[in-house]
Amino acid sequence: MARAIPLQRRLFMTILAWAAGLLIFFPVLWTVLTSFKTELEAFSTPPKLFFFDWTLENYSIVQERSNYLRFASNSIILSVGSTLIALAFGIPAAWAMAFQPGKRTKDLLMWMLSTKMMPPVGALIPLYLGFRDMGLLDTRGGLIAVLFLINLPIVVWMLYTYFKEIPVDILEAARMDGASLWKELVFVLAPMAVPGIASTMLLNVILAWNEAFWTLNLSTSEAAPLTVFIASYSSPEGLFWAKLSAASTMAIAPILVLGWFAQRQLVRGLTFGAVK
Amino acid sequence: MTSMLKTAGLGVGLAMMLATGAMAETKLTIATVNNGDMIRMQGLTADFTAQNPDIKLEWVTLEENVLRQKVTTDIATKGGQFDVLTIGTYEVPIWAKKGWLVPLDNLDKDYDVDDLLPAIRGGLSMDGKLYAAPFYGESSMVMYRKDLFDKAGLKMPDAPTWTFIADAARKITDKSAETYGVCLRGKAGWGENMAFLSATANSFGARWFDEKWHAQFDQPEWKNTLDFYVKLMKDAGPPGASSNGFNENLALFNAGKCGMWIDATVAASFVTNPKDSKVADKVGFALAPDNGLGKRGNWLWAWSLAVPSGSKKTAEAQKFVAWATSKGYLNLVASKEGWANVPPGTRTSLYMNPEYAKVPFAKMTLDSINAADPVHPTVKPVPYVGVQFVAIPEFQGIGTSVGQIFSKALAGDISVDDALKQAQETTTREMTKAGYIK
Amino acid sequence: MATHHAIRLGRLATAPSVLVLFMWMIVPLAMTVWFSLLRYNLLDAENAYFAGLDNYIYFVTDPAFSDAIKNTLLLVGTVLAVSVIFGIALALLLDQAILGRSIVRLLIITPFFVMPTVSALVWKNMMMHPVSGVIAYLFKILGLAPIDWFADAPRSAIAIMVSWQWLPFATLIFLTSVQSLDEEQKEAAEMDGASPFAYFFYIVLPHLARPITVVILIETIFLLNVFAEIYVTGSGGMAGNMPYLVYFQGLLNFDVGGASAGGIIAVILANIVAVFLMRMIGKTLES
Repeated sequence: MARAIPLQRRLFMTILAWAAGLLIFFPVLWTVLTSFKTELEAFSTPPKLFFFDWTLENYSIVQERSNYLRFASNSIILSVGSTLIALAFGIPAAWAMAFQPGKRTKDLLMWMLSTKMMPPVGALIPLYLGFRDMGLLDTRGGLIAVLFLINLPIVVWMLYTYFKEIPVDILEAARMDGASLWKELVFVLAPMAVPGIASTMLLNVILAWNEAFWTLNLSTSEAAPLTVFIASYSSPEGLFWAKLSAASTMAIAPILVLGWFAQRQLVRGLTFGAVK
Repeated sequence: MTSMLKTAGLGVGLAMMLATGAMAETKLTIATVNNGDMIRMQGLTADFTAQNPDIKLEWVTLEENVLRQKVTTDIATKGGQFDVLTIGTYEVPIWAKKGWLVPLDNLDKDYDVDDLLPAIRGGLSMDGKLYAAPFYGESSMVMYRKDLFDKAGLKMPDAPTWTFIADAARKITDKSAETYGVCLRGKAGWGENMAFLSATANSFGARWFDEKWHAQFDQPEWKNTLDFYVKLMKDAGPPGASSNGFNENLALFNAGKCGMWIDATVAASFVTNPKDSKVADKVGFALAPDNGLGKRGNWLWAWSLAVPSGSKKTAEAQKFVAWATSKGYLNLVASKEGWANVPPGTRTSLYMNPEYAKVPFAKMTLDSINAADPVHPTVKPVPYVGVQFVAIPEFQGIGTSVGQIFSKALAGDISVDDALKQAQETTTREMTKAGYIK
Repeated sequence: MATHHAIRLGRLATAPSVLVLFMWMIVPLAMTVWFSLLRYNLLDAENAYFAGLDNYIYFVTDPAFSDAIKNTLLLVGTVLAVSVIFGIALALLLDQAILGRSIVRLLIITPFFVMPTVSALVWKNMMMHPVSGVIAYLFKILGLAPIDWFADAPRSAIAIMVSWQWLPFATLIFLTSVQSLDEEQKEAAEMDGASPFAYFFYIVLPHLARPITVVILIETIFLLNVFAEIYVTGSGGMAGNMPYLVYFQGLLNFDVGGASAGGIIAVILANIVAVFLMRMIGKTLES
């Protein structure tokens, strides 16, 4: 039975929701708009919303100055690479924790999460020295390793909560049928786990994409992702808002598009065990 | 077996890479700050690579603070990631003393070292050896709006006093029209508000440390400086002054909201550029003010190119440094982009050039640079080098702490007296910790 | 059915993760502990010497230290409050039959995809700038004096920026949870003529207990280490938190010893928070 919702109320809620949505979206919209302004207009008061001379000048300047494609492809390699490795480590761990929980499982999980609480600056010099000695400075491999490690706790936690929702009965039934562990994994568990894994993957790609401390400090050129690209446009001497907006738009566009397209997938698994 | 093969393959590959690397091109990794003059250089490197087809340039362009922290970490840990560094007059004396920089003594005759402006060259040399080549030099000066001065019936002298500046600023201010008499730096940072305040303090007779490295914020000269600054900004400064740095003030000035702005000489080319500035044709220049004590409130800075001793390509790196800071490069920029865009403040010959003399801010820039003396920056004697900074490794931290305290005073969170007291305590603490005060 | 075999397999499956994380934690941690006992300035590395607990004493007696702790907790607390309260409100709003819901949802989750550095630059220069910012403009239209955010209210400014980034995350989690509320439960409540308040407090809120703890847990981890927003906006002097203070020692002073001591202290504090959280979460998640 569909409930009859008074039109007025529906209209009111719609307006309210759109207002909230636009309010939250506004800073991003404004950045994109500013990227099409000239430097002088970017700073003009009163601010101009849509009625200004649209220009692509900023984009061509940014394009000329930096090798955007290299930064972007590094961002993709680093975020996807580190996420895949994290999944390879995290799936077995989370699976075991969810299906054979021991007394210490909770503590282990919390300990994993607590490794994320140390301010990274505190460990920069030790790590920098280590990277130097191993020849990992400014290498994709080195950065992937770091991003993998900082995101692994989240991956394990997220998968754990997701796997726990999978009814154990099904596994029992499969075992009764004499399914081997391998088959149990591939044919029973996998199909049920895919949404959770997909969503974990998305979240971690986003987190890795936006990580700005280690990527900035451990890479220079060869392995440098978009966070470094942004650092070459922020706060130079001179007017820079429009150019910075163009660079910002370029830096967030790929992940934004991915996020928008995959939002359903992201939302479905993003429960951390919060929904029963 | 396979792993052995792989190892062998890797070894062969490595050997081949090394071999071909030696024969083919050398890649220079250049760390540089994202300021306009540097960006322009990146666009003009075709000239260098045409002369040196075996050298390839890899640019790492970063915002100033990020650049400084990366480059410092790398050079101090001997990470060896860079072949050419862009550093300032603050780093050069400290790093040269450490032996971290390669002395530039292979410069050929054409380079004409003696052509470098003496004040700038002095700041980049140690024991008579040049450790970094200046790419552009700057001092600070007063930029003012001629139209607003005319309207208020004022006339800016070439070498104003602080009293005049303060009076003029208060007269010009019209807050209802968003016109503020004077825009000064307030954003916390050793290179932001403290650059301005340290230089200003010099003209008030103050100093950072006495000969025994004791902090001097408990002295009346600092109180006069800070009192003057906070009151002036309250009466005649823009809102939000405590978070305004160079860029924020530039934007305000270009939007026509400041009557005067005392800041880096390089700003002159921005404020007079009609593409970026609404007031391009109304700007005049004057020397940074003084109080009749013999020192003016202007600083000295040079973004310079240096070669770290950790680089394995020092010969090629020096070649590049020489190219980028040569007379030829200045001519190259002039021919492509006009004289107003030539990196200023490094060479005497540039200021002798009649073409360059036509640039409206040329003379004032040179006079400002010549008025600064990094070796004797203050009225009273000091144990340190540097006009708007103290060339010791600890200064970035101390300067920023004090900058934060003074920024709070400007915002009105704490009184001037409290600010000075806190500054004195912090500085004494850090200097004790670092072992200067026994 | 849990055989020994299975248990061993389970250990085998968790071992790699535990092992790498342990290495990741212990190696830098051990080095950091060692450095924290040295008087070691990166710019004066030759003259490093053993200094015992000096670095810790200096760090703790630093006048900025108590402020840093206060600012850290204040920021975490404020952002959590904002994301929980507004997150629930938004989730309930999005759960209504509104037109174009998926587009609104898209708009609302957008900030989550924006890099913290970019977000900080945008807020500082284009939103909150006291002269040319959009907020200042709106204030002027309303006839109010524009707020000079980073001078007068730096903590609020930082909290607004960070909340903006984390509100979407909370909203999404709450939304999924609200949507899983039984349709029949909703209808029954409506039939009984339950007031919206009763409905909210007796049905919705208990249902949201778990998602709330989850949001608190996950966000706390990230909020303890907020750095870019403070660093980029230059408000470290007034709103500096623990990570900023450690940064200050490490990358401005290049005082490796001091920064290491700060890092260790931060870890200890974080673990206190972690134990506290674990107690809280443990109870809710057990059920």
